[in-house]
Amino acid sequence: MLETEVVVSAPPHIRHGLTTERIMQLVVIALIPAALAGVGFFGWHALAIIISSVFSALLTEVLILKLMKRPVTIKDGSAAVTGLLLALIIPPTVPLWIPVVGSAFAIALGKQVFGGLGYNPFNPALIGRAFLVASWPSLMTKWRWPLNSLAWIGDRADAVSGATALGLLRDGIKGIPYKQLLIGNISGSLGETSALALLLGAIFLLIYKIIDWRIPAGYLGTVVIMALLMGEEPLFHLLAGGLILGAFFMATDYVTTPVTTKGRLIFGIGCGFLTMLIRKYGGFPEGVCYSILLMNITTPLLDRWTVPKKFGEVKTNG
Amino acid sequence: MHLRTFRKGIHPPGNKEKTSSLPVEILPLPKQVVLPLSQHIGAPSEPLVSVGEQVMTGQKIAEAKGMVSVPLHASISGKVVAIEPRPHASGKLVPAIVIESDGTDQISPELASGYNLEQLSADQIKDLIRQAGLVGMGGAAFPTHVKYFPPKGKQIEYVILNGAECEPYLTCDHRLMVERTDEIILGLLAFMKAANAEKGMIGVEVNKPDAISALTKAVEGLPIEIIPLQVKYPQGEEKMLIYAATRRVVPAGALPIEAGVVVNNVATAAALGGYLKNGRPLYSRVITVTGNGIKHPKNVEVRLGTLVEDVINYSGGFDGTPGRIILGGPMTGPAQYRLDIPIMKGTSGILVQTRAEVEKLEYAPCVRCGKCVDACPYNLLPNYLGTFAEFDKLAEAEKYGILDCRECGSCTYICPSRRPLIQLIKNAKSKITASKKKTG
Repeated sequence: MLETEVVVSAPPHIRHGLTTERIMQLVVIALIPAALAGVGFFGWHALAIIISSVFSALLTEVLILKLMKRPVTIKDGSAAVTGLLLALIIPPTVPLWIPVVGSAFAIALGKQVFGGLGYNPFNPALIGRAFLVASWPSLMTKWRWPLNSLAWIGDRADAVSGATALGLLRDGIKGIPYKQLLIGNISGSLGETSALALLLGAIFLLIYKIIDWRIPAGYLGTVVIMALLMGEEPLFHLLAGGLILGAFFMATDYVTTPVTTKGRLIFGIGCGFLTMLIRKYGGFPEGVCYSILLMNITTPLLDRWTVPKKFGEVKTNG
Repeated sequence: MHLRTFRKGIHPPGNKEKTSSLPVEILPLPKQVVLPLSQHIGAPSEPLVSVGEQVMTGQKIAEAKGMVSVPLHASISGKVVAIEPRPHASGKLVPAIVIESDGTDQISPELASGYNLEQLSADQIKDLIRQAGLVGMGGAAFPTHVKYFPPKGKQIEYVILNGAECEPYLTCDHRLMVERTDEIILGLLAFMKAANAEKGMIGVEVNKPDAISALTKAVEGLPIEIIPLQVKYPQGEEKMLIYAATRRVVPAGALPIEAGVVVNNVATAAALGGYLKNGRPLYSRVITVTGNGIKHPKNVEVRLGTLVEDVINYSGGFDGTPGRIILGGPMTGPAQYRLDIPIMKGTSGILVQTRAEVEKLEYAPCVRCGKCVDACPYNLLPNYLGTFAEFDKLAEAEKYGILDCRECGSCTYICPSRRPLIQLIKNAKSKITASKKKTG
C-alpha cells in the first residue's frame, strides 16, 4: 500500500528549466552592458532615470494587480524589463518624473489594461515612449552629447549639441567617426548609443536561444538594403539611433511579435522597411519606435497568414 | 557523421545511466497476478476460464473478441480466484482475471515447443502473431496482427523496428537489443515474411552504441538495415521514425501503410521471436524500474499482471518519500495514485520521482515565446491549440490541426509559462471526437 500522498498529474512529468521568470532575468542581464554604457556616458542622472523607471513599473504593476484582486505576478520580471527598456529609450536629460510617468503609463495602459502579460498587443515600453513624446515633445527631444565627444566636428560644437546623430544627418551634418558610433559616446537615448554594449547583450540572448535571429536579421538586413537603395550609408544607419536596441530587444518581444518562423522574418523586414521610410521621409529623424509599434499591429495577421504546413499535410485542392 | 532524424523536437536529459548497463533480472514469481482483459487498444478479450479453475502458465485464459483484439494468457500457474473489476493504469476499474500462484509455474501442455520460420506461410505467421497475444509493447498496445492485414492494394515494403527508445529513463528496449538480439532479428524476419516485405530496418538512437553493434553483427547477410538515429525526442514517434529511416512522409491522419511501412517495437519483435523459438506466448515482459525515488533501479523481466508494488519491493523499495509514480516514461506515461496496478503488455517501466523533483507548476498565460512552435514535430502551433482548447474554441482548434497532435508532450516540456498544453489539447480532442460521433 502507498503510505504517502503522491502527485497525480498529466504527462509530461519533466519540464525544461527555462521559465518566463528566468527568461526575463536573462534579458535584464543582457541589457546591463548598455545600461552601464549609458551611465558611463551620461553620468549619475542616467542611473537615477533607470532606477526611477524600473521602480515605477514595478509599483504600478503591483498596485494594479492588487486593485483588480489578481495574483501579484511581479516575480515574473516582465514589469522590470519594461521599466528598464523604457529608461534606455528616453533622453538622458529628462527630469525624473518623466520615466516615472512613462513607466506607469506603459504598465497601466500598455499592458495591464489588456489583461496583463501575454495579452498586450503593443510593446509596453514603446507605448510608454510614444506617450511621452506626444505629451512632452520638448523634454523628450532634448539631447546631450557626452563629455569630450564632439572633437570630430571642431569649432561648430555648440551648434550641434542639441541633436542626435540622426538629427544631424537631417541637417546635412555628417562625419561622426564610426568608431565613436560603435562605442556610443554620442548623443542619443540613454541606452541606445553604444552599439557595442547592445551587441554584447544581443549575442548573449542569441546564444541562450532567448531570441530568434530571424527578427533582427530581417530588420537589419532590410535597413541595409533600403539604405543602399536610398543612397545612404548603410553602416551609419545601423549604428546611429535606436536600431540595434530596437532590433534585438524590442522587435523580439515575445508577446507582441509573431510565433511562426516565417511570420518573424516578415515582421523584421516590415520593421526595417518602415524605419527607413520614417528616417528618410518622416516627420521625425528616428523611426524605430513607431515602426515596431506599427508592425505590432500586424502580428495576429502575420501569425494567421503564416501557419506552417503540418507534417504530412496533403494539398486538398490542387 | 550526419545522423538521420526528423525536424524540430526537443532534447530532454536522457537519465538512462542508472540502468543502461544493467543486465535484465528475472523477478521471482509473484504470489498473485491481475490480468486486465483490456491491455490493448480495441475490444476487451473474453474470459475462457471461471473462478476456481486451475490454470497453467501460458494457457489461453481469454479469447480475442473481434478483429482488433488479442487473446490473453495466464502468466503463472495456479487458481483463478476472481474475475472482477480491478484498478488499472488508466485510473479506472477494469475487468481482470486474478490468478493466485501455486508456486510451480507449470507450463501449459497446449503450447508448442516452437516453430520453424522456414516452414511457415505468411498467413500462418499472421495467425501466430495473433495467437501469441502480441500488442505494441512500446506503450500504445495496438494489436500487432492488425497491422499485417493492409487494405486492398497496399503493399508493405518495409518493416521498421522501433529501437529508438527516446523516452528518458527507459532502458528496457536497449537491454533487449543487447541481450536478446537474435530473438529480435527472428521476430523481424517473421514480420517481414508475414508482410512479404522486401526490407527490414531497425532504428536505434546513437546513445545505445552496444545495441547498434550487436544488431549490426547479427544482421550480416540479411536484408535488414540498422539505422543509427540522432538522440532527440520524439525520435520513436511512429511517423518521425518512418521519416528518419526512409524519408517518407506519412500523410496527416493516415496510417503508416500509406507510406508502404509497418512499424513495430523491438520488444514486440523480441516477443514474437521468443514465441517462435520456444512456443511461449506473451505472458512476461522486460520493464525498467528507475528514478531517484527507487532504491535499486534495474531492468527486470516480470510476469504480466505483477503488481507495481511487487516490482518496487524487488527494487529495494522507495528511496525517500515518493513524489510521483509513473507507468512508462516521463514524457507520456500516466501518473498513478496506487500501487496495486498490474504491469500490462504495453507497460515499459515504472518511474518514481522524489518529492523534490515534482515541480509545483503555476500555470500562466502564454507569452507567445514560440518555443513550442519550434519544438512540435508535427509542425503545429501548440500555443494556439492550447489557448483555443482553454477557451473551448473547438472549431478553430480543429482548423489549426488539433487532431493531428500525437500528444508527444514536447510543447509542454519546453513551455516557460508551464502551460498544461497536452492536457488542454487532449480535452479538446476528446470533445471534438465525441461531437463527431454524435453527429455521425
